[in-house]
This record gives sequence, structure tokens and C-alpha cells, in this order.
Amino acid sequence: MKNFLRRYRYSVILLRELVRTDFRLRYQGSALGYLWSLLRPLFLFIILYLVFARFLKIGRAIPYYPVYLLLGIVLWNYFVEVTTGSVGAIVGKGELLRKINFPKYVIIFASSFSALINLALNFVVIGIFMAISHVVPTFGALAMAPLVLELFIVSIGAAFFLSALYVKFRDVSYIWDVIIQAGFYATPILYVLSQVPHQYARFMILNPLAQIIQDARYVLVTHQTTTIYQVYNDDRLIWVIPVGITLAIAVLAGLYFRSQSRKFAEEV
Amino acid sequence: MDSDIAIRVEHLSKDFVLPHEKITSIKSAFTHVNRLGKSRRVRETQHALKDVSLEIKKGEFFGIVGRNGSGKSTLLKILAGIYQPTKGKVTVDGKLVPFIELGVGFNPELTGRENVYLNGAMMGFSRKEVSAMYDDIVEFAELERFMDQKLKNYSSGMQVRLAFSMATRAKADILLVDEVLAVGDADFQRKCFTYFYELKLQKKTVVFVSHDMDAIREYCDQAALIEENCMVDVGKTSKIAEGYAKLFNSKAPVALKQGDETDRWGNGDLKIEKMAVDVNDESITIHHTIVASRDTVDPIIGFRIRNSEGRSVLGTNTKVEEQSVGVIKSGEKLSVAWRFDNVLSDGRYFVDPAIVARDGITVMDWWDGAIAFDARRGRHLPYDVDLVYVLKHEREKAV
Repeated sequence: MKNFLRRYRYSVILLRELVRTDFRLRYQGSALGYLWSLLRPLFLFIILYLVFARFLKIGRAIPYYPVYLLLGIVLWNYFVEVTTGSVGAIVGKGELLRKINFPKYVIIFASSFSALINLALNFVVIGIFMAISHVVPTFGALAMAPLVLELFIVSIGAAFFLSALYVKFRDVSYIWDVIIQAGFYATPILYVLSQVPHQYARFMILNPLAQIIQDARYVLVTHQTTTIYQVYNDDRLIWVIPVGITLAIAVLAGLYFRSQSRKFAEEV
Repeated sequence: MDSDIAIRVEHLSKDFVLPHEKITSIKSAFTHVNRLGKSRRVRETQHALKDVSLEIKKGEFFGIVGRNGSGKSTLLKILAGIYQPTKGKVTVDGKLVPFIELGVGFNPELTGRENVYLNGAMMGFSRKEVSAMYDDIVEFAELERFMDQKLKNYSSGMQVRLAFSMATRAKADILLVDEVLAVGDADFQRKCFTYFYELKLQKKTVVFVSHDMDAIREYCDQAALIEENCMVDVGKTSKIAEGYAKLFNSKAPVALKQGDETDRWGNGDLKIEKMAVDVNDESITIHHTIVASRDTVDPIIGFRIRNSEGRSVLGTNTKVEEQSVGVIKSGEKLSVAWRFDNVLSDGRYFVDPAIVARDGITVMDWWDGAIAFDARRGRHLPYDVDLVYVLKHEREKAV
């Protein structure tokens, strides 16, 4: 560990300071400041609750549907925040890149960690609503740790790829907006997966985000969630596919980013 | 690599693909793919550096001089590792600062204090390390009272002071300096001066890019001259500085610019038709050509010379010189010439000619910056100085 820290000392120092700066700047000039990190998911929850649980009554079959819904939204939003935030991150730091030589991946890690702090704050709100709704967490909730790790990896992988590609093709940000919109509906966030015809559900659930969200709901909110395990008739091995996709994205994107990063300074 | 070489550059070339040739949207990527077979793509590349080789010894102050756009900064960026060489090799022995400018990463929305930590991180210092030297940094920058204000409320001088104060903390064997001395007041420049001498004492290697030949001569042991993306000369500083000055002498015309009409006023009874300046090593001659549109008696004709900072350097007029111009009839033309010893140091100067009526109040024609000229002779002192004596005083004996 000590050796590792020494080697990446500069990156770690830089990363910490960039995350700190990002956080400081985010709520600057707003009266409530950091409190907005909590208020935003709170208001989001109220809206979702009114629209989907009260008026549309989509989740009648699911116990604790409001919390179930909020958890899905919060996890999805983390992915959106990391990826859309990173698309222009390298280009946005162009001025800096032309003046100082530093490991470029730090920029992407910084926006990932900033989003992770936000995610943690969102979990505080989720915790509050779980308590209010009398959702009792079990030991299974510990499985959240590997799920968040998987979410972190798939998000940062996509971020590496998008940010490096954006340096060359500025259309990427528009395309990604469309993909995010489509992805929101292709992932079982608002609706309940068990209501989706099986022949579609078996493909949808292979998407790492769908798998993560459903698993998280299962371990944290209610066992009435249709996870990948159930869609594939209790076949444990099926987890290999979404996790494999996640790792493949991360590794390939990381390699692509590394090969491109040497030229960022002159191309941005 | 020999142990006394800090930086070795071998046959370094750097090409940039011109921006308008760049494929920046996916649509054009497709159209390019489509065209690949049929038409040859015109790949226009810009050669920023061509076959540069040099060696910089440890503990040496190495100057890089050249005109704007000659490739100096590109070279510096390659040394810093910001750009990758297209061809050739750069070998560095020792820890090199990764930045080429002061105050890298400064954010105007953060306070001075926060910026110190941020910039410190850019330089590789942890928060603990920055905290330990924080007071010294602030004291050196003389900004004790301002550290909790946002950087955007700082004057540019204050920002530079803070940035420079940070830069002096850099822990590296090799420093890259791009035009720092161009900014800051006399007091700040004195600090730079002291800092550079400290670096010399510590045997640090410094690569120094500047247009300021005085600074290059002052600090550098060796220098390289870069012209049109090639290194044309390397060696002793005095030789390089002369070569740099020659670049301008051979090409620059004496009169460079006719000032525009906005800085000109007067009733126009007498009007300056033309100005000309002759500069040679010994003297400077200023010619006025004046046209009268009314009969005028004994006008006062004069001029003032300002340096590039706008400060008045010298000037005179016919009244001061106790010369009478006499009567000028309407429609007549008058030529006036002044000559004085060329004691100006290197730089650009502006001439403000003026014609005022005999009463010394009514302005007939006043023209600020009517003409500009360059005095460049590549000498440290532009005039001869005699050393009068060197006298050694006997040490007083103790009683």
C-alpha cells in the first residue's frame, strides 16, 4: 500500500484537491449550499411519490414502491452524472492541459468521486425514507458494497471512453444525450420488470445498470424485486455477463483513454 | 547519458495537423472514409519544430530566444512533457517541473488561500506540506490581508505575486520559465532577480524563454536562437543576443506605423503632412513636413519621444531651443529636421510631433504616436561609457 501510494502520490494529491475544488465551487453563491445535495433528492422523491405512487399507481404490486423507485433513480442518476459530466471534462480542462503535464485520468476520477460523494448524500435521504416507510434492512444490505463498486466501475469506464472520444468528435455529447434518454426507458427504473414480457426482460437485465439497480432494490428494499437471478431461473452464473460487460467496458475504455491521453494537450 | 547533462534533445521535430483539417464530427469522419479510396486527402501539417538538437548542462541557465511563433514555447512544452515529439528524442536527467506557467490551475472563484492549496497540489505538494509553508508563501507574496478574498478580486499584480511566490517553492532540479519577467513592477522584478540568483547558487538547471535580451544576458550562461522553427544558433549568450537583434535590424523598416487620426487634434492652421525618422548607430534624425493653410508668425514646432511603456524619454521645441521659424504664408510647405545622439536603449519608440501658436496655448496640430521606430543595436549599453578609475583603498590600520 505504501509503495502504491508513493507511486501514485501525485495523482492522489491532485485527485483530492480537484474533488475538493469541485465541491467548493458547486454550491458557491447559493444560500443553502451543501444542503442542496440533500434537498434535491428529497424534492425528487416527493415528485416521484405523487406522480407514480399516488396518481398513476404503477408500483401497486411492489411493497415500499416509493423507496424502491427512489433507489433506482438515485443509482441511475449517479451513472448520468458521471458520464455526462465527463464527456466534456477533458476538453473543459484544455487550458490546464496545455500548461502542465499531469496524469489525465485524474480528471475523470475526480468527477467520479465528486459524484460518489453525492451518491452517499443521496443514500442518507434514502435511509431516512426507509426508516419512515419501516423498511428494515437485513444483512443482505452489505451486498450494496460490491454493487456500488460495480456501478462505479461501469460509470468510470463509460466516462473514460466518452471523454477521450469527445476530444476527437464533438458530436459525442449530443449522441450521448440521446443514449441516456433511451437508456432511462430501457432500464427498469420507473416500471416494474416483472411486467415486461420475458423475451425482452432477459436482454434488458443483462445491461449492467439494470442488473445493479434490481439487485440493489432486492437487497435493500424488498425481495419482491425481479433480479437477473430470477429472470434466468436461479442460475448464479448469469452474473458473469453483466459483471463481465462492466469489466470489459472499464478495461477497453481505460486502454483507449491511455492511448489517446498523450495527445490530449494538442488536440483539445 | 553523461552525468553532467540535464536535458538532451536529439533531432527533435514537432508537427501539428492544422485544425481545419481535423475531423471533429462523426459526419466528416464518414465522408473522409468514403473519400479514402477516390481522392487523396490533403493533409496539411504545420512544422512547429524541425530537427532541433541541443544539450543543457546541469546547473546551467539556458536561454531560448526567437520571435513570436518561432517555436520556442512548443519546445518548452515538449521539454515539460505536455506535447509529445513527432520525431526525435528528449532525455531528461533529474526532476523536472511539469508546468511552464505561473499560477497553473488558479481559479478566480476560489479564495487566495484555497488557490494556494490547489496550485500546491498541481506542484505535487500534499495539504500538509502546503500548510507547513503557507505562512512563508503569503509573506513572500505580501498578501497577508487578502488571503480570504476571492482571486477574481485580486489585481493582476497581486495574482502574479501569489503565483510567483508559489513557483519559488517548486521542488525540482530543472525549472522551465516562460516569460515571467514580462509582468510585474520594479519591486517584483527585483524579487525575481533575487530568486534567480538563489537558483544559480543552488546549481539548479533553468530553461528560460524570453524576448527580453537584457534578462537573457543577465541570467543565462548559454542560449539558443530559434528562427522559423529551426534552431539557427546555440552558444554563448552574447553571441545569441546579437543574432536575435540582427533578426530585427535586417527586416524591420525604420518607420513602422503611421498613427491613426484619433490621437490628433488642433485647429489645423499648420498641419503636419509627413513624419520620418532615420536611425543609425550614432544618431537619430526626425523630419517634419508641415503645410500652412493660413499665414502664421513664429509657431512653436516640437516633438516628444515616448518609449513602449508610454513614458516620455526626451523632447524639445523651437522655443526651448531659442529658434525662430519666422513667417509662413498660406500654402507654403516647411521642412524641419532634428538630430540627436542615439543614446536610446533597445526597444520601440513613438514620436509625438506638435505645432503650437506663438502664444504657447493654441494647438495647431498635435499628433500622438505619429510614427514609431525601433532602436535595436544589440548592445547592452547603447552609448560609450568610460571607466574613470578603479582605486583600491588601503585597509585602515588599527591604532
